[in-house]
Order: sequence, then C-alpha cells, then structure tokens
Amino acid sequence: MATQHSRSAARLMMAPAVILLLGWMLVPLTMTLYFSFKKYLPLRGGDLGWVGFDNYVRFVTSSAFWPSIYATLIIVGGVLVITVTLGVLLALLLDRPMWGQGIVRILVIAPFFVMPTVSALVWKNMFMDPINGLFAHLWKFFGAEPVQWMSQASLPSIIMIVSWQWLPFATLILLTAIQSLDGEQLEASEMDGAPPLKRFWFIILPHMSRAITVVILIQTIFLLAVFAEIFVTTGGAFGTKTLSYLIFQRVLESQNIGLGSAGGVYAIILANIIAIFLMRIVGKNLDN
Amino acid sequence: MGQISLKQITKSFGDVQVIPPLDLEIKDGEFVVFVGPSGCGKSTLLRLIAGLEDVTSGVIDIDGADATALPPAKRRLAMVFQSYALYPHMSVRKNIAFPLRMAKMDKAEQDRRVTAAASVLNLTDYLDRRPGQLSGGQRQRVAIGRAIVREPAAFLFDEPLSNLDAALRVNMRLEISELHQNLKTTMIYVTHDQVEAMTMADKIVVLQSGVIEQVGSPLELYHTPRNKFVAGFIGSPKMNFMTGAEAAKHDAATIGIRPEHITTSTTDGLWKGVVGVSEHLGSDTFLHVTLEGASEPITVRVDGELPVHHGDTVFLTPDESKIHRFDANDLRIA
Repeated sequence: MATQHSRSAARLMMAPAVILLLGWMLVPLTMTLYFSFKKYLPLRGGDLGWVGFDNYVRFVTSSAFWPSIYATLIIVGGVLVITVTLGVLLALLLDRPMWGQGIVRILVIAPFFVMPTVSALVWKNMFMDPINGLFAHLWKFFGAEPVQWMSQASLPSIIMIVSWQWLPFATLILLTAIQSLDGEQLEASEMDGAPPLKRFWFIILPHMSRAITVVILIQTIFLLAVFAEIFVTTGGAFGTKTLSYLIFQRVLESQNIGLGSAGGVYAIILANIIAIFLMRIVGKNLDN
Repeated sequence: MGQISLKQITKSFGDVQVIPPLDLEIKDGEFVVFVGPSGCGKSTLLRLIAGLEDVTSGVIDIDGADATALPPAKRRLAMVFQSYALYPHMSVRKNIAFPLRMAKMDKAEQDRRVTAAASVLNLTDYLDRRPGQLSGGQRQRVAIGRAIVREPAAFLFDEPLSNLDAALRVNMRLEISELHQNLKTTMIYVTHDQVEAMTMADKIVVLQSGVIEQVGSPLELYHTPRNKFVAGFIGSPKMNFMTGAEAAKHDAATIGIRPEHITTSTTDGLWKGVVGVSEHLGSDTFLHVTLEGASEPITVRVDGELPVHHGDTVFLTPDESKIHRFDANDLRIA
C-alpha cells in the first residue's frame, strides 16, 4: 500500500527522529574534531589557536600511548574469552531442568544490574583487599601469602571484575540460543553415534555461533569504553591505563582538551578497525 | 539382520504408565507399521526401541542380544524424524556422512557410500546445498539418506510424511516402499494415518492407550478385526456401527458393516433412509445416509455415476456375509 504519497508522508514523519539522532552524533564528533586541531588549555591560557596535527603527533609519540593500546586489547580480549567460554558452559548448565530454575536464573542475571562503580568497589574492598579481603583470608587459610591484587595482578583483576559484570549478558543470550535448538537434532546425532562432547562440538556450538557473534560484537563495543572499573580500582596505575582512560587523563588531569580530543579521534579509528575485523571474521555468521 | 523382540516392556512417566506390559516380535526384513490415534503411545514405543527413552521394565532384544541397556548409538538402528532433524549448518553431503564420520570410517569409503545413497535418492545434484535450500521432499530424502548410509539393522520412521503435502506424501510413500523392497531391511514405521499403514505394511500393529489391540497383515485387520476399535480404525471411510434391534437380529451387541459392502438402490432394499451429504470422488461417491429412526448417518460407497442428490430417499442392503459382529465388550464374535 506504499503509494508515492504515503511514502513521502512517512519520510516527513520520520524526519524529526532522524535529524535528532544525526545531530546527537554529529555535534560531539565535530566538536572533538574541532578541538583536536587546537591548543586548548582551560587553566593555562584557554584557546591558544590552531596547531594543525601537533596534538595527533604528540598523542601517539607519548610513552603512554602504545601501553594503553596494549592494555585496552588485553582487557577486551580477556573479558571476551572468559565471558564467552563461561557463558557457553553456564548456559548449558542452566538449560538443564532443575529445581529452583527461576531463582537461579535471576541470580545469574543479577550482576548485570549492579552499577560498574559499585561492583568494582565491592570487588576491590571485599574480595581483593590484601588485608581484609575474602581472597586474602582464603590465601592465609591455606598458608599462602595474600596477593596484592591491584598492584601485582592489576590487569587480571580488572579483567576478572569486568568479566563478572558481563558474564550474565553472555549467559542470557547464549541460553536463549541453546533453548531454541531443536531437540530432535540432538536425538538424531545421538542415534548417529555422536557422544556428548561431539554433540556439543558438531550440533550445539554451530547452532550457537550466531548468538556468540552477537555477544562478541556487542561486548566489544562496550568493553572498549571500560572506564569506571579502572577509575575506582587502580586509577590507571600498574599498566591498566586503557585508551579511554588515557584520554580522560589528558583532558581532566593534564587539562589539555586539544590533546584529549586527538586521542578521542584515535579511539574512534581503533574502534572502527576492530569492528571491521570482527565483521570480517565473525560477521559472516550473521548471513543467511 | 534386524530382528527385534520386545518382552514385557513397560514405560511410565512419573506415576502415569503410558505403556502397560507389552510383547511384540518383529522379524528380520519386515515392514512393521505402528498405527493408532494420537497419544496412543506409538511414538513412545518407537523411542523405546531406538533407546531415546529408557524402558521402565522389560527386555528389548535386537538380533537375539539384550539391547535394553545399550545407548542408542550402539543399537545399530537408524531413525528418520518427523521434523527430519537435519543439521542446518552442514551441507547435504556432510549431513549424510555425519554418522560415518562419527564412526571414524575411512574417508574414501565415506565418499563412496554418500555417493551411492545420493544416487539412490536422487540427491546427487544437491549434495553441496544446505538443508535450508531444499524442499520438504528433498529434506525427507536427505534424512533417509543419512539413515541408509549406516547400513543399520533396522530403520525407524517417526511419522516421516506428516509434514509433506498430500501429493508428495503419496510419492514418498511409494519411494519408501520401493526402498524397503530393495534393501530388505527391517523397517518400523509410526503413523496415525491408516492409509499409510494399509499401503505400506507387511504387518500392522494397532495401538490404543499403549495397548496393542491387534497385530496382523493389512488384509487380516481389514477382514477380521479383533474388536470394534480396530474395525473402526482400519478402512476408509470408517466402518458403520449399529446397535439395538438391528444388532440383536444378528445376536450381537454391535454390528459393523463397511461402506463398500452395502448395495444402494433407489427402488427397494432392507433399510430405507434419506441422503445427506454426498462426497464425489469421481470413481466413487460416498453417501451419508440417515436411516429412519437412526441419529447417526451411515456412510455407503456407490458408483460415481449414481444419480442421487441431497434429500433423496434410497434403500440400502448390507452384504450379510460381510457383517462384523461384536459382543458387549466390543470383541469380535467369530
């Protein structure tokens, strides 16, 4: 029924939303680009004029740049590996009929509802504190020297905290994927002589591949911007300074808006490179 | 070899016994059809034989060896599911080769068997497609292909044709019968469609509420149904039943007469009635005739050309020798 008239009416009616969203995206992007070409130090003279690509060169040549890229990739990669692996296993477990299934499922989802700052603080103070933390008590119980989590194992600590937050998301999506698997396929493969591990490998895992792709894509987008967990735990020390944290430091701690904006542009480029790679590798699972 | 015998097997889900103690012998090479209304336990029985469900008690022997505790994969049975249960992410070739791959068979032998199965089932041109790109009938054939490459002791079919349209169903019915003629392997086929049962089976097992009502060849069941249930279930259209005075004349609680064993006349006959709906099939016409004083109409088969219409009065005469008599317990009186 899409006549010429109704189509143009539809365009007209969609316009406000499209314009709003476009503005929402374009204004900050343009401002970031604008500032990235300026020397702008709010507390030390304000706008000091155009500097061309100076900020871009300074940001990349700074000694903190490559370590920050490294930290970002390690955190994103580590969290993805942990959440997808444990997510698949948990989903398999939760798919089994059991007593109290509803409550268990809600408990599994619960971490997702805890705010990042809160959960990071809880982990830092309740579990990882080298004197009063539960881990410290556990280590002492077995006669071991408590680990100074935040300084000695800073990256693994943050990966652990962030994984804990994102595991429910992965589990939930993967659980729905498992539940949509046709039971007769599993029975058929059982009759075809596939033992449980092979049934998992040849039937269940391929069936879940699309859901795993979705989990990886969505999580990557959010994990590239992890900030609160680092801010309240290590404060960027001990090699946990990610790209987004570095940008924060340049803008707020060094009060250098131009330099931070240049970093922001790099972050956009990095996110896009990773997105293209991911689309190439896993995106074909989204076809058909 | 594919000889299967069930000895006193039962199956309960919780407190509900869906299959009371049941005995059944299936000979090597037989085409056995389990038929019955939905919920009669025929699929459960098949799944017990397949090993997908565990029997609550009793013994299942396959080729003389106790298979009761064997896992499905070890029973050397192949099953074709109602939904076909093809693996959607694998090509047709990989689907068919899957059981061979699981058995760690030599690659060349795998290829040889897949090619052979594909040519038997006319799938050669589709080997590299995914199941999603095939039609219902082709998917059905892939499922059968996956079953035959294993060269199993017996094939189990769980209502395999119920997802196909009518024309295709008739074709596949013939193809499966043909396959049975060629392979001479035991086949157990579950259906709720008595036409499939009659046309394909060497031996029909009629089930109701988990109980075997009768076992026999299609014609045995047609000519000498053991009770009223089997009589009503086998044959199309259904047998007509009469109680009361008509039945008493034959010393029975109920008498049954098939639509094809009644002669219809517009002038004279034993019973007089009014024609209701008539179903014209071309070769035959099925008339629904309401007899005087009866509430249920009687179905009769007449020649396709007989000129009768809704509301006409006709006379029916049953063939006395073809009347089935049943006692108060619905059992056949010989």
